[in-house]
Amino acid sequence: MNWMSLHRRLERNAGLLIFGVLLVSAIGGMVQLLPIVSDDSHARPAPGLLPYSPLELEGRDVYIRESCSTCHTQQIRALLAEVRRYGPYSRAGEFAYDRPFLWGSKRTGPDLHRVGGRYSDAWHRLHLLDPRSVVPSSIMPAYPWFERNAADRRGSIQARMRTLAKLGHPYTEQEIEAAPTALEGKTELDAVIAYLQSLGRSMDGQPQP
Amino acid sequence: MHYEDRVVTAFTYCSVFWALLGMAAGVYVAAELVWPTIDWGWPALSFGRLRTAHTTLVLFGFGVSALIGTAFYSVQRTSHVRLFAPGLAWAVFYAWQATIVLGAISILSGWNAGKEYAELEWPFDLAIAAAWVSFAVVFFGTIARRKVESIYISNWFYGALIIVVAMLHIVNSLALPATLGKSYSLFAGAQDAVVQWWYGHNAVGFLLTGGFLGMLYYFLPKQAEQPIWSYRLSIVAFWAFVYTYIWAGPHHLHYHAVPEWLQSLGMVMSLILLAPSWATMVNGIMTVSGAAKKLKTDPALKFIVLALAFYGLATFEGPMLAIKSVNVFSHFTEWTIGHVHSGALGWNALITFGTFYFMVPRMAGAPLYSARLANIHFWLALAGTMLYVLAMWGAGVSQGVLWLSLDELGEVRFSFNDVMAAMKPYYLLRFLAGLLFLAGAALMAWNLAKTFAGRRTVTVAPPAIAAAGARA
Repeated sequence: MNWMSLHRRLERNAGLLIFGVLLVSAIGGMVQLLPIVSDDSHARPAPGLLPYSPLELEGRDVYIRESCSTCHTQQIRALLAEVRRYGPYSRAGEFAYDRPFLWGSKRTGPDLHRVGGRYSDAWHRLHLLDPRSVVPSSIMPAYPWFERNAADRRGSIQARMRTLAKLGHPYTEQEIEAAPTALEGKTELDAVIAYLQSLGRSMDGQPQP
Repeated sequence: MHYEDRVVTAFTYCSVFWALLGMAAGVYVAAELVWPTIDWGWPALSFGRLRTAHTTLVLFGFGVSALIGTAFYSVQRTSHVRLFAPGLAWAVFYAWQATIVLGAISILSGWNAGKEYAELEWPFDLAIAAAWVSFAVVFFGTIARRKVESIYISNWFYGALIIVVAMLHIVNSLALPATLGKSYSLFAGAQDAVVQWWYGHNAVGFLLTGGFLGMLYYFLPKQAEQPIWSYRLSIVAFWAFVYTYIWAGPHHLHYHAVPEWLQSLGMVMSLILLAPSWATMVNGIMTVSGAAKKLKTDPALKFIVLALAFYGLATFEGPMLAIKSVNVFSHFTEWTIGHVHSGALGWNALITFGTFYFMVPRMAGAPLYSARLANIHFWLALAGTMLYVLAMWGAGVSQGVLWLSLDELGEVRFSFNDVMAAMKPYYLLRFLAGLLFLAGAALMAWNLAKTFAGRRTVTVAPPAIAAAGARA
């Protein structure tokens, strides 16, 4: 039996064809995904990495809501020019609490992985409310509603932290209980700034290449 | 007995509608990069949300509606039977359109799962899964009842689209819901990145490539009135495509915090992918080479053949961009956007337009309202795509080179801001390119609407099959 007549059986049997496509297409994914998702070393937190505080988590979820990762990457590639421009290249362990990951695929604005501590809170406040007031050539949208919206408008911070705790983030019950208090009187602007200031700090004070 | 074409017509209407709306959103976000204050402080018009709505509308509104519609059209004709379970086909139609309407609203009002090209939150993920399974039942049910012995090539590709996209969608959407509008991915950080790009790249692979190749294998030979040049080549190209594409995802993660073996494997498989991609292109070009005369005058065929050329261009550019030393420069730049649009505009949109120009007069039972308008559309689409791609090449190569440029002391030579400010002329050109392309699509919408307006009720019965091809 040559391969053409073998194929004739496939193309005359829908069940066989479905099974064949499923089998052939699954191989690549299994070889690439299974070793990665089953190897804990890719998900082990870097030594100084802490889970996001309630305010930072709220800021991160606002960052996701506005699709900031459309224009800002959080991934410093292991290239000299990138390390010079943005700081030490990104390590897998630094993203252990990132669900989903926010590495992005496009840099319309600069990379933000190590933006934490680079600017003052006051600068961020001005920049988020009116980017062109501090960077005249900026094409970033202004986010005036961050200042108007109270942090955690929907009162879901505890539900969110409990979900993350189920996925393995080390939040204690006391931290979850105290979360609404921690967000009291804060705006989304405070939350986003807290999140940005937390980025890329887990390697501070460690020897770097 | 006649073919169930009303559901195809409904998908066609909606696909054209989503094309106009999705492309208009694209033009608007392109304008926002030139004039950043035109969101007027309104969250729903803000770049991040509107851009996400743009990709969702064109991919899942325009693209998938066209794919399901043409799959339903061609599977009946290649199987010589009426669609299996037409009621379920209508359920797929309503479920899908409702998902797009509500999904787009949810994104504009701030629901976002944060994964690229899979931003819809978990309630929509469930709806998509249910609609997709129903699509599979209708499609494979029709094939199971076919009167023709062999399952035709286009159906292999549509079938692969259904099967593989189901697999990708389910795995990549695995998440734990916290509230109705918020869930957290089951995977974190680097693991999430690897899963996401396995999905992201193969959504391109099996939706934008595989699905539309199904369209090509049915509508190109039909419109060219030529048989497929080589059946053997189709077989080899199909299985090589299904096997190889799925490995290419990690080229999105070059020099990222994922293992080196994964990146290199992704790169090598991306290069190998050129072979099945171009095998299909050669098969298509050889098929149409017997219809050179018709190519000069027939707008539908012109669209399909130009799409094939852009398919060849994009599937060459893709493997080149996957080479690590090229990717160093292209990654994170506008070049990526240019590459995506040479595929999305040049290949996906053009072949869909050509297919609609083929299908609508047949379903309406009336000739196309205006071939002249279709020809104008052709040139607008070509000009828009070329201008778009050239602008993004210029922008992307500039970014790539300037970002990595170091002076003699090893310090970066250009500030990020200076490079960003230099992008303005390119962004303006891209905006104009988008306008041209959108104007062409609007002409098509008008042309097709007028064609439908002149319709007579037609019902098409399956033709008799020669004894040799009939199913025992």
